[in-house]
Amino acid sequence: MKELMLGNKALARGLYEAGCSVASSYPGTPSTEVTEEIAKYRDIYSEWAPNEKVAMEVAYGAALAGKRSMCAMKHVGMNVAADPMYTASYTGVNAGMVIVVADDAGMHSSQNEQDSRHHAIAAKLPMLEPSDSAEALSFAKAAYEISETYDTPVIIKMCTRIAHSQSVVETGERVCPAQKEYVRNPQKYLMTPANAIRRHPIVEARTKQLVALGNQCVIGNVRLNRIEWAEDREDPGENVANAPHPAEDGMGRVGIICDSTCYQYVKEVYGDSVDVLKIGLINPLPTTLIKDFAASVDEIWVVEELDPIIENHCKQMGLHVYGKDALPMEMEYSQNLLREAMGVDIPASVSLEEEIPARPPVMCAGCPHRGLFYTLHQKNVRVMGDIGCYTLGGAPPLFAMDNNLCMGASVSMLHGFNKACGEASEKQTVAVIGDSTFLHSGMTSLADIAYNQSNSTVIILDNSITGMTGHQQNPSTGLDIHGDPCGKIDLESLVRSMGIDRVKVVDPYDLSQCDAVLTEELAVAAPSVIISRRPCALLKTVGGRKVVHNKPLVNDPDKCVGCKACMRIGCPAISMKDKKAVIDRTQCIGCGVCRQMCKFDALVSTE
Amino acid sequence: METKNIMIVGVGGQGSLLASKLLGYLLLKEGYDVKVSEVHGMSQRGGSVVTYVRFGDKVYSPIIDKGEADFIVSFEQMEAARYLPYLRENGRIVTNTQRIEPMPVITGAAAYPENLIAKLEEKGAVVDAMDCLTLAEEAGSSKAVNIVLMGRLSKYFDIPAEKWQQAIEALVPEKFRDVNLKAFELGRG
Repeated sequence: MKELMLGNKALARGLYEAGCSVASSYPGTPSTEVTEEIAKYRDIYSEWAPNEKVAMEVAYGAALAGKRSMCAMKHVGMNVAADPMYTASYTGVNAGMVIVVADDAGMHSSQNEQDSRHHAIAAKLPMLEPSDSAEALSFAKAAYEISETYDTPVIIKMCTRIAHSQSVVETGERVCPAQKEYVRNPQKYLMTPANAIRRHPIVEARTKQLVALGNQCVIGNVRLNRIEWAEDREDPGENVANAPHPAEDGMGRVGIICDSTCYQYVKEVYGDSVDVLKIGLINPLPTTLIKDFAASVDEIWVVEELDPIIENHCKQMGLHVYGKDALPMEMEYSQNLLREAMGVDIPASVSLEEEIPARPPVMCAGCPHRGLFYTLHQKNVRVMGDIGCYTLGGAPPLFAMDNNLCMGASVSMLHGFNKACGEASEKQTVAVIGDSTFLHSGMTSLADIAYNQSNSTVIILDNSITGMTGHQQNPSTGLDIHGDPCGKIDLESLVRSMGIDRVKVVDPYDLSQCDAVLTEELAVAAPSVIISRRPCALLKTVGGRKVVHNKPLVNDPDKCVGCKACMRIGCPAISMKDKKAVIDRTQCIGCGVCRQMCKFDALVSTE
Repeated sequence: METKNIMIVGVGGQGSLLASKLLGYLLLKEGYDVKVSEVHGMSQRGGSVVTYVRFGDKVYSPIIDKGEADFIVSFEQMEAARYLPYLRENGRIVTNTQRIEPMPVITGAAAYPENLIAKLEEKGAVVDAMDCLTLAEEAGSSKAVNIVLMGRLSKYFDIPAEKWQQAIEALVPEKFRDVNLKAFELGRG
């Protein structure tokens, strides 16, 4: 049956149909839905791991055991998982292993826009790049074929526009290959220097074989690379070298080499009027195919988002190509961007003269981070930030974050800052980190504070969920990927067991409590952890129990003097109308933080 | 058929995903090639959100660029103004007249622009503006703004109303079905 399917869901479907049996991932936009969809197939064991490195090692272990496995992550997650990945390239696999990575050109929900194709080249792993949902599904199957045929983990690279676009797919049945036998083989799997030395040449030979696969274009019934000849040209068939040399037809032909979502933009602009080499196996690149394609056109363009991977490869081959001299290295591409760079007319468009105010994302009404961040802002402390919804707290009017870097960095940056500046910094600097981020990679940083003793104050923002990526469970919530009861890490016990004696729990809805505890912990000359605990305002259940919010507040216009004190917490449910505060009752969950700001008792409950 | 483009714009959390899902489902049933592109993650937190719906014989790009949209369906009037450059010549804007103030307006750093509908019309856009929130509440839920808008959009398509209603029945959970069918009817007018 034909259906419209999200790229990530189609990829999950392809992995399912190909017999994937074990899945382990850490959520990260735009990769999250792959694993959420996998989890719906109960004949696949699936889980959220504490971080991407763990997820990759779990998937590797399962492949070693003889079952097809997968792990998924966003581009920056691949940095975390790089360590096992680079050596898994040497050992190879037993059953197939697929690594899904989703890039975020344009940084819709990321702190950088690194190009994951570099990882595939550096780790010497084959990488596939689908261009729509149908290819996401078919490439998933091809990936397992390649993985088992060439004895290697295989990376499938998505990007935001493929991951979060729906296009038409046809689904099939699940075919689950028999479990492969695990045979002890230290020469292959025990990477001591003596063994690893023997594995490296095998990796190099494998890359040569994969180049040949790219030149052949096809594995099973899946076409990885393909040339789409312009409609005015006779199709030379499989043997590209037979294509008429441009000098013979004298047409001044343009040929375009492209991958991923760029293929769609090229076809949108040119339709079937130019020759297109579409690359699906991006690493290693098909050298002969590129050479033959280049020989059949007069001018070659390479269209690829972010870094010039294909372009540099062409240049190394001695080809003259146009690419990044006309096209940007940053942000997403589009059909107009291509039209402009390549001299094609752009559709007319109009805009208003006046500037339309920006609408940045904000922390939700009732967000438990707000009360704590307001306190931090009031106390004018330096805040080492981390990755999650709470990064939004750095925006006005809260301004409660100085910096952020990567998952878990807040805690170690704080330790470094304090070691560099001593007491002056210790008394006015904190780290803020979410519960899921802390368990991802903040724990090891806290171990450094406990071990090397800095008088640091770490605040764990425990909202009982992984919020930013859309509410995934984590090791401290007590629920698994299906929402079923499982192990639960107790944050207080964990922190104490590391040797941090000072552990305080605060309610971020209580401003005076937040202020008192912060004052005390910043002053004390000892490492301390404050756990700011309140469930995410958007959660409908916590620990399996239904959340009941307070009734919305309402502003009493007779008492309100229009001082705007309540506006200082940056709640999207509060606005001013006719010089009085107005509370949007559809957003307000009655958290009461604004009420503590009001000196005139104007904000009252509707209970 | 040349590819047609519908942009759905609004504020994160307003329910644009159901609108695009409905259009995708309906247009596929009508036999078109369809692509729908969404953005998840950060921008869903009350930020400006855009969904692209494209359909035709063969759709390539998943996104709609400036000057290409046949329709802009807007959940909030300032968002219609923000995405005006995406409208093609003689394109139509179907918009909710509701105003939702963004944080820079709430904090006083910027002012909410006035008379936006008239300004859009001055620029040559064909604007169909209506108070969808009131109609949604009349239908039984303020959350049904998305389906009110779909009702109004449906007037400009050759697809019979029953097909739209069938799509709503197929996609909306039973307990919300009547509210949404009513919202569709009120939007279609």
